[in-house]
Amino acid sequence: MSVVTADVATAEGPPAVPGVPATKRPRHWGRLALPAYSWLVIAYLVFPIVVMFVYSFNKSVGGVPQVSFSWNGLTTLWYRTWNDAPGLTAAFWLSIRLALIATAISTVLGTLLAMALVRYRPRQFHGKGVIEQILFVNIAAPEIVMGASLLGLFVTFNIGRGFLTLVLAHVMFCIAYVAVTVRARLTGFDRALEEAAYDLGAGPFTTFRRVTLPMIMPGVLAGALMAFALSIDDFVTSNFVSGTSSPFPVLIYASTRVGIPPQVFVFGSVIFAVGIALALSSLAIGRRRT
Amino acid sequence: MVWLVLLFVVPLVIMLSLSLKTCNPASGACTMTWNWGEIPHQVNLYRTEFFTSLEYGAAATLVDLVLSFPIAYWIAFYGGRKKNFFLMMLLVPFFVSFVIRTLVWEFILSPSGFFLTFLRHAHLVNANFHVLGTGSAVIAGLAYNYLPFTALPLYVALERIDRRVLEAAYDLYASRREAFMRVILPLAVPGIFAAFLLTFIPAFGDYVNQQILGGTSSTMIGTVIQNTFLVTGDYAAGSALSVVVLVISLLGIWLYSRVLGSRSIEEYL
Repeated sequence: MSVVTADVATAEGPPAVPGVPATKRPRHWGRLALPAYSWLVIAYLVFPIVVMFVYSFNKSVGGVPQVSFSWNGLTTLWYRTWNDAPGLTAAFWLSIRLALIATAISTVLGTLLAMALVRYRPRQFHGKGVIEQILFVNIAAPEIVMGASLLGLFVTFNIGRGFLTLVLAHVMFCIAYVAVTVRARLTGFDRALEEAAYDLGAGPFTTFRRVTLPMIMPGVLAGALMAFALSIDDFVTSNFVSGTSSPFPVLIYASTRVGIPPQVFVFGSVIFAVGIALALSSLAIGRRRT
Repeated sequence: MVWLVLLFVVPLVIMLSLSLKTCNPASGACTMTWNWGEIPHQVNLYRTEFFTSLEYGAAATLVDLVLSFPIAYWIAFYGGRKKNFFLMMLLVPFFVSFVIRTLVWEFILSPSGFFLTFLRHAHLVNANFHVLGTGSAVIAGLAYNYLPFTALPLYVALERIDRRVLEAAYDLYASRREAFMRVILPLAVPGIFAAFLLTFIPAFGDYVNQQILGGTSSTMIGTVIQNTFLVTGDYAAGSALSVVVLVISLLGIWLYSRVLGSRSIEEYL
């Protein structure tokens, strides 16, 4: 959760104090035990992913398209028939569609909310403190509570569960993250720039589009990315409000009872590869820019 | 804002009111009966599950704190120019779907899986040793899934410590051990508590790990809530239990803000 915010924090946070090289002190711990330990933890984090990748090449027993716990030999069958697992591909596209829509809506609303929170003083904006508390509780509350309460809402108002309720739910839990991320970017914003734009004859809309938005863009993008990541991987809330249309995680979870199609690991591996490639390239681009 | 109120506050209020109603599981219809007894009744009924959740959540969080403090410390103080790379390595699990991650742990811990087969062949464990279906498996799964939630706040806290304070400690002839115990650790305390809350709260309400890795051994409260809503359709009972889970989480946050200030925990998100 703290993913992107933490990244932003490192990018802009207090720089290491110059003139205090860490090398001045004896650093045997920092040189040997700590790195070794850290790499062990990283190995532990990566290990299941390697297992997933290896098992995506595992043969199944007796021709049944189900993953088996034991190792039966190498096959690329599941990669060739990636589209054949019933419902899996459809669920995947449903998740993508859902994440895109939820991200678009929550990014716009979250950004506006963040601007309102930063710009207006408590006097002008009644209930600012309350909104801040709500944002925080929204992020901190266990997901199961949100899923359950949303289901309660939909049941009470007799709203049929499906794609619409999924979008509503996802936008709900994404907004808070977008708002918090954008707010972090906005707090250091120099209002004089906007005033300069006004002085030069720009209207409020032009000022927002040509001055404010470009300045806060990194925050908005970070928020949108986080919203997308949260939405596409959400299981708990989706499971409550999905009804008959199952997003990817919900479908996989349901399949654990009847036997998991091996294509699940194919999807997992490919999504992982694409995600890592994107993350590494953005890291590389970021480094070149600084 | 309106959206947030509509989709977050209203559902919470409805949840509260639902917990006061009496529902007919067969038809799903609920009528208001101001049944204040529902919450204590449900808590009493599922007391074991609450304690199991508290125990597993706390155990997983403690494991995570111990596991991730050294690595957060290392990245914050010795990461150098590779800081971002290492932070990304901490986030690697997030590139795989949460449900798939948990499933893979089922594979790893399964008695017929390669890992335990290997341990058995190496005579490191005896023939009927098993992990899957026990509380330890659930705790292991929770600890794996929520480790980044602990590591990142710790990293933010340690990163923020002013290096000049540390230098001052050394100039005043503090040994490395003293500098760590009396400067770094106290300054990291808010971060440690934030990490605890940010890990414990989701772990406490989790039911995926318990369902996939814990089998029927012991049930967590999340499973009960999910069942009351999606299987039995007893919305009143489910809402009552959710209210209690929410109150427990908020209590933790409230305690934090009373002791360490309300703004600081947000900085770790």
